[in-house]
Parts: sequence; structure tokens; C-alpha cells
Amino acid sequence: MRIGVVTFPGSLDDGDAARAVRIAGGEAVRLWHGDADLHGVDAVVLPGGFSYGDALRCGAIARFAPVMETIVDAARGGLPVLGICNGFQVLCEAHLLPGALTRNQHLHFRNRDQHLRIGTTETAWTSNFTEGEEILIPVKNGEGCFVADTKTLDALEAEGRIVAWYTRGNPNGSQRDIAAITNEAGNVVGIMPHPEHAVEALTGPSLDGLGFFTSALRHLAGAAGGQLTGGATR
Amino acid sequence: MARVVVDVMLKPEILDPQGQAVANALPRLGVSDVSSVRIGRRIEIEFAGEPDLATAREIADKLLANPVIEDFSIRVEEQAGDAASVSA
Repeated sequence: MRIGVVTFPGSLDDGDAARAVRIAGGEAVRLWHGDADLHGVDAVVLPGGFSYGDALRCGAIARFAPVMETIVDAARGGLPVLGICNGFQVLCEAHLLPGALTRNQHLHFRNRDQHLRIGTTETAWTSNFTEGEEILIPVKNGEGCFVADTKTLDALEAEGRIVAWYTRGNPNGSQRDIAAITNEAGNVVGIMPHPEHAVEALTGPSLDGLGFFTSALRHLAGAAGGQLTGGATR
Repeated sequence: MARVVVDVMLKPEILDPQGQAVANALPRLGVSDVSSVRIGRRIEIEFAGEPDLATAREIADKLLANPVIEDFSIRVEEQAGDAASVSA
């Protein structure tokens, strides 16, 4: 299974994301922001970093990159897309996910290992977890405070679209402790902490991040084989 | 020539931690009668020809402001330099 990893000017974690795909057992395909061709990938990861130097707002310029125009259309058609940190910001700016990521409430950059509680396994990226499972992966952001209006927050909760909550401390003031959300179809997921930094014992606090990538591979195998889809389709 | 000025502000219901940090610093300047500070962004757009408000509005709506958290306003601003040259 081929999972594309996009590099924007200012992306930082594209290398780690590609590595995580490989460790999970997939083929990582590097995609370039200026190239609208997705080169036949089965899923896409938008990595962390500071695309276009965070000019204007985080993710605001990246949204208009040629590759994003293709990804937005493909995501609406069901292509699995995972946005991590800056990638989450890009997905919100592109209106593939609701809400926005704003300046951390305490104004400090937060960089630490963070406990999360998994909210739903019914997405293309979380089927290998169990609901309510606690995981530990790094978080590192300055603008990770998720905000949305009350109606949107209520809808996310009611529809089971909160993919993960911060637990044992909220690092940025995110409303209702939201760390990750999904779209209505469950194929697009945005997450503020970094699963791609928790895939090897040598460098990560756990191997918990691997589950996001193995879930996608399982989802794709199921889609290709017409079985084993798990809870990945909603 | 004229420029179009776009002011972008966080919606009133969105917390502005930067504005709060500034407000909290004011007592150190000896200022004690400020109840709130909110920080926005001013963008100046120069058109090659006549200012095009419709295009400026589209730029503001699609790129300069995020409608989820921000409001914007648009106005044409005559430049002081131009006014002087007209009067001369």
C-alpha cells in the first residue's frame, strides 16, 4: 500500500512520517507541494512543521498549494488523509475539518510526551485501537488550541467524531480537551500530537503512534480485498 | 492611486491570549483603567490600477481571514502622498 507524505516549504516532520509509514509496513511516497499529481497513492499524510513559515495563519497558505487542490477533491471522494500538527491546521484551513487551531492559551510552545484517550476507532486511521484506550505520544506546538462554536463541538461529540482527547493535562487549552477529530465519513483525521514520533523504542516514548499507520494499511487492505474493513467505514 | 485596507479581528467570542498578555502588562506602565485589549491584523493591498473592492473582498474572505474565528472589514484609503500632489 502506497501512502503519500507531502512536503511543503517549511515542513519538518515529513521524514519521520515517511519513516513511520515504512515501519508500519507501507510504502512511503514523497509528494511535493507544487506537484498536483498524487502519483497513485492510496492515502496521504500531511506532516507537521511550519508550512510557508506560518505566514498569515498556520496552514493558510498551504491550503492553496497545487497538491492540496487535488487532495481536497480526493478526500471528498474518500481518500484517507491524516493531518498531523501543521497538517491538522491545513485540513481546518481547507475546510475538510471543522474548527480552527489557535495560539496556545498560555502563549508558550509546549513540547512533551502527552497522554491521549482514543475516542473513536471508526476512522480510516484508528481501527487498530480500542475505544477509551490510553496512549502516549509527543506533543509539540505553539498554536494547537482547538476552537469551534458550541454547535460544532456538540455535533462532534454527538456524532462520535472526536478521535482523541488530551488526558492527564491539556497542553494548549483546546476546547473540551480535543486532540484529534475526524470528518463525517471518517476518512479524514486531524491530530495535534505526533504519532510519527512514537514508532520506535529508541526515539519515542512508546510505540503507540504506530497504530495510526497500521490502521490505515488495514483499512486500505480491507478496501482492496472487500473484507477486513473493520470499523473503518462509517 | 489608492490602497485597500483590510482589518482582520478575532471574533468577539474567541479568546485572544495575546491581547490578554498585553492588557496584563499595562499596570507596569502605570495604566490601570484599561479593561480589555484585543489584537488584530491590518493588511494593505495596492492595486496596479484602480482599487478593486470586489477582488479585495474575495482575497479577504478566502485567504486573509479565517471565517471560523475571524471577522474582517474593508475600506479604500486615499494615500496622503497622493493628496498632497493633487493639492500642489
